[in-house]
Amino acid sequence: MTGLGPVETALRARLDGGGRCLVPYITGGLGEDWTATIQEVAAAGADVIEVGIPFSDPVMDGPTIQEANDRALGAGATPPGILGSLRGLDVGLPLVVMTYYNIAYRMGLERFAAALADSGVSGCILPDLPLEETGPWAEAADACGVETILLAAPTTPDERLPLICERSRGFVYGVGLLGVTGVRTELASSACTIAERLKAVTERPVLVGVGVGTPEQAVEVSGYGDGVVVGSAVVQRMLDGAGPDGVAALVAGFREALDVEH
Amino acid sequence: MTLSDPTPDGRFGDFGGRFVPETLVPACQELEEAFNEAWADPAFRAELDGLLVNYAGRPSPVTECPTLSNELGLRLLLKREDLNHTGSHKINNVLGQALLARRMGRNRLLAETGAGQHGVATATAAALLGMECRVYMGELDVRRQELNVFRMRLLGAEVLTAMSGSRTLKDAINEAMRDWVATVESSYYCLGSVMGPHPYPFMVRTFQEVIGTEARRQCQEILGGVPDVVCASVGGGSNAIGIFSGFADTDAELVGVEPAGGAAVGRGVPGVVHGSASYLMQDEFGQVLEAESISAGLDYPGVGPEHSHLSATGRARYESVTDEEVIEAFQMLSRTEGIIPALEPAHALAWVSREREALAGRTVLLNLSGRGDKDVGQMMEILS
Ligand SMILES: Cc1ncc(COP(=O)(O)O)c(C=O)c1O
Repeated sequence: MTGLGPVETALRARLDGGGRCLVPYITGGLGEDWTATIQEVAAAGADVIEVGIPFSDPVMDGPTIQEANDRALGAGATPPGILGSLRGLDVGLPLVVMTYYNIAYRMGLERFAAALADSGVSGCILPDLPLEETGPWAEAADACGVETILLAAPTTPDERLPLICERSRGFVYGVGLLGVTGVRTELASSACTIAERLKAVTERPVLVGVGVGTPEQAVEVSGYGDGVVVGSAVVQRMLDGAGPDGVAALVAGFREALDVEH
Repeated sequence: MTLSDPTPDGRFGDFGGRFVPETLVPACQELEEAFNEAWADPAFRAELDGLLVNYAGRPSPVTECPTLSNELGLRLLLKREDLNHTGSHKINNVLGQALLARRMGRNRLLAETGAGQHGVATATAAALLGMECRVYMGELDVRRQELNVFRMRLLGAEVLTAMSGSRTLKDAINEAMRDWVATVESSYYCLGSVMGPHPYPFMVRTFQEVIGTEARRQCQEILGGVPDVVCASVGGGSNAIGIFSGFADTDAELVGVEPAGGAAVGRGVPGVVHGSASYLMQDEFGQVLEAESISAGLDYPGVGPEHSHLSATGRARYESVTDEEVIEAFQMLSRTEGIIPALEPAHALAWVSREREALAGRTVLLNLSGRGDKDVGQMMEILS
């Protein structure tokens, strides 16, 4: 295939080698050492890293990421500040930004897309921007070579899945359960179902996130899809003050489990 | 109907839309279809009309205010939504949505509330129709509107406290939306104002148009025409859009009154939060600012998208008043007319009172969206 962006290229490289993809999520601006954490996590076996730009009203997020947002905002995190920090960072793998639409809307879609590209960010996830509303943003992002990753949910009807997959770039993000981000004790059966349903309709990598919080859960759901996004488990480590090494150790645990089982 | 309908993608001009997580998109689509179908069904309309008349006590009267009119040098008419069952206009919308929820086979109502009036109305409809009800309310509002918290619980509703952010209406909506994302297959989200993702702004307006339809007819009887000015307080904007709808095709000036500390139209710039694009109080980076108002029902940094559109097109204008002016107006109506207003419509009255010279000799119809019982405790503290 030609014309693939850095995100999809990196994920395919992992899949072509017979592995499963691992995308850890890190809240930008959380703690002094968040960029060091990104660097350590990259070395610990991540394929792509998702960096959250904090928003005041994160309706798709549970208590862990809400608190991370609040702390980062309280410490003065801003979108230009976070992008500026990413700009100087050479982690050797693609970064994608996760934030809410108003952050992009306020800056201006073209400007935001250009700012991402300028900071070396390859992709973007906007969880409150569904397919029908994504046009203007996706156009701006395409023009800057930024991959727009769309989400599919357990409630998404069959006939809608291919439309989402078609417009998604980088990978398709399967939402693992009905609910907001957060670690759950058990993997929801909906996580495997959404992975299966997506795999049946798309050639793009299918990653499942939301409610994937342990290496065991990551392994289980990766039996159906191509890998996982791990958010709250990673962010909780950051909130607990584990530092770059501690967070990287957690991510290495996911990598190891995925490599052993797949 | 005199306000224009939104486009198929839920736009009023540049505002509106459906900015929700994918998980909720199918639910919004289903709701849109179910609402359109129900609204076209005479049996649904008849059942709703029956409840509005026999349960909620409609039509609400229009009351002349001879003493206050005299004092202000103008002619003031009040649309008496305070006389509805549960004490505000919120019941108009809730009865419609609760019947719709039942028709859609949902047995659990989910709601956010600021002042508690929408929460009480939702709890009431749930009790009436034998449904479960959960209401989210910000912690600050739980304290300043404790009477309504007790009422909701008495009616059998579960009241959950939102502890995040400003701990007011904005945060209650965040929590309600998070709950909805998790329970979308069994819950019906009964939104309390003309905001949120399409079709809510349109649907809630449709259910509130009864205010404007009645008022237009009543003004015809009383005035032999339309008033010069129609004004209402604006939080999300449901009582305002309800009364505006009856006069949008006339010469009447339409004025929405926001609290100075929550003036989304007055101080906001276009933004996207809680499902739609609209004017929003936010910082230069797009972080939503916390509103600050004496009135829990108006303490919100956003506004319904149709109001942004009406402001942008110039059909309506939006003014703001301070807490001090509101406290003054609250007492003024109580003393002169024997009507204790809720703090929300007291905003509209505060504007009329401040602008009395500009309004001299003119006829002003004010939407008295609710009664002040819920605010008496708070006012006791403020005035003592
Ligand atoms: C009496 C009353 N008026 C007005 C409002 C504000 O809502 P809206 O702007 O949707 O009418 C409220 C909200 O709680 C209310 O209780």
